[in-house]
Amino acid sequence: MILLIQYTLIFASVLTLVALGGCISEHSGVINLGLEGIMIMGALGGALTLKYISPSLPAALIVLAVIVTSMLCGLIYSLLLAIACINFKADQTLVGTALNMLAAASATVIVKTINIAENPDNVSSTVQYVQTKKALVMNIGSMQLNWFIPVAVIALIAAFVMLYRTRFGLRLMACGEHPQAADSVGINVYKMRGFGVIISGMLAGIGGIVYITAGVSEWKFEVGVAGFGFLALAVMIFGQWKPLNIGLAALLFGFFRALSNVYSGFDFLSALNIPGSVYNMMPYIISLIVLAFTSSRSRAPKAEGIPYDKGSR
Amino acid sequence: MNSENAKGKTTFRDFLEKDAIQSVIAALLCIILGLFIGYIALLIINPSGATEAIVTILKNYFTYPSSSAAMKYLGNTLVKAAPLLMCALSIQFCYQTGLFNIGAAGQYVAGAGAALYCALSLRLNWSICLLAALLAGGIFGTVVGILKAYLNVNEVISGIMLNWIGLYTVNMLLMGVKETASPYTVTVSSVNPGALLPSLGLGSLFTNNKYVTIAIPLSILFAILIKILLSKTVFGYEIKATGIAREAARYSGMKEKRNVILSLFIGGALAGVGAAFLFLSGYEQWSVTQSSVPGMGFNGIAATFLGGLDPIGTVFASYFIQHITSGGSYLDKNIYPSQISDFISAIIIYLCGFVLFFKLHFGGFLKKRREKAAAAEGGENK
Repeated sequence: MILLIQYTLIFASVLTLVALGGCISEHSGVINLGLEGIMIMGALGGALTLKYISPSLPAALIVLAVIVTSMLCGLIYSLLLAIACINFKADQTLVGTALNMLAAASATVIVKTINIAENPDNVSSTVQYVQTKKALVMNIGSMQLNWFIPVAVIALIAAFVMLYRTRFGLRLMACGEHPQAADSVGINVYKMRGFGVIISGMLAGIGGIVYITAGVSEWKFEVGVAGFGFLALAVMIFGQWKPLNIGLAALLFGFFRALSNVYSGFDFLSALNIPGSVYNMMPYIISLIVLAFTSSRSRAPKAEGIPYDKGSR
Repeated sequence: MNSENAKGKTTFRDFLEKDAIQSVIAALLCIILGLFIGYIALLIINPSGATEAIVTILKNYFTYPSSSAAMKYLGNTLVKAAPLLMCALSIQFCYQTGLFNIGAAGQYVAGAGAALYCALSLRLNWSICLLAALLAGGIFGTVVGILKAYLNVNEVISGIMLNWIGLYTVNMLLMGVKETASPYTVTVSSVNPGALLPSLGLGSLFTNNKYVTIAIPLSILFAILIKILLSKTVFGYEIKATGIAREAARYSGMKEKRNVILSLFIGGALAGVGAAFLFLSGYEQWSVTQSSVPGMGFNGIAATFLGGLDPIGTVFASYFIQHITSGGSYLDKNIYPSQISDFISAIIIYLCGFVLFFKLHFGGFLKKRREKAAAAEGGENK
């Protein structure tokens, strides 16, 4: 039971971070389908930091270093989306998909290159971080949580305050609802959308490292992040593009994802003798059902997905 | 000044202004840039062998000195290019309706599952296996279509969810027909040779490559059929109209919901048949423990956009993408990761995002030149 709560919280924090990223990007008017790829890049940055940082450093410093590198990797990678979709008005779906494929391929190439350089016979795409991962752990009673959970909570509150209580957030949302109107009162739509994408890149980058450190001490980069970026988008839609609802939706989805990790620990669940694949499918099935019920009354930002062209009014 | 020269230039400009020519130029630019960036990556990994490595990728089967071996491995590349082409056509057909069918990967998985289940478990003939794959892929596509048409679910997200659902379902379904010692399904040739696609003597053209079957000509035939369907029939016109303006299509009396669902059914069926083309040739076995969705559907996105969203262009683009993917496997694994080919394909897709921008500005540039020339001519006539 404790294990279930533990994993639910960890997966919920991943989903919260990434879904908030998607939410901010969409509020600025850009659909970020590259979240999955950005997560992989953030995960790569974080994993390599964990690999090379000295385990003797204070834990707080390690946590900080990991978060900062993941964030930076996510930020830099999201610039590829920002430039293509905002400045060059490229198809956002196409570019997002390209970024997902590019991230999976380049992360594998980078990790393999590092592994081969260390030992020519090691052609795997796995990064190990057994020692330094311990710095991320935070024990509460018998629960083994990690420092990313408070980070997710802070991000949630910060996103809420930013979107609804600051001048910047309200302007950002205006660009996603009616960019022409925003432009007419002197807001630079391109710049605001750029910020939206960059912030989503930073959040998804952290989300990536949280995902690959959940319960495991090594990660095989060939598998990417198993559609988690898209699950986060489902969370965002279920949360109706509102930060606090996203937090609750993430808890629900996190629960089903956690169940696939720990179902064998429950006597009544293992007695049912359902194959493990069914539990693995669960989060995806739930999200399909949830999407079917929530999408028709969608509160999506009105101008999302449409490249802004100053000339067309 | 000299009108002959101006006229000569105009004809060349006419040539450049053709949409198809611009698509080809854009695709070639994407390929060259993609290969160049791939080359830079190789240089970073290991500068001494980079040139040889990029040549290896481009040469693919030509690395074999004897022509008969090269022909045989050309056959292998074609065997994998056929399903890729089918996935690319699937994505392309749906894109005409304004839908991004990223679920092609899952429809491909469903097709593979259905084909192999019918072949290995039910021991059916190849034609029925092919039909089962068609239906399975089609059903997966239809689910996305219904969700999109009636419940406004984003087809990309529902497609991705179905990719994973399909993967786990097929793993479960094929658990019963796997080899005892390995996670792979038993070979079709050992259990039920009747389920292998007929070769009709095509294999002998490729140095007796037994994997070369009717799948290859059939996939090209499908491309031609799609081309005709889209450009010459009423249904194709409706599909495209729905893609360009859904509301306007409905206003003019087209059943836009039906078109959305139907186009996803056809798209799904194409991807499903593509999977059957690969797995019923006996070239590959399904691994029931695989934990990531096969990349075929995603590479199809590369092929379709590189092909300039035209079925015939896609035939060549699919071959090219498969050519460099197969070429990547000839790299020295202890120096270069074979995924460098995936990296190049991904770069090419990313660059395809800029094609529209390129066309717009290249076209605009040509137009300006023409106007200038016309103005100059007009000035002279005065």
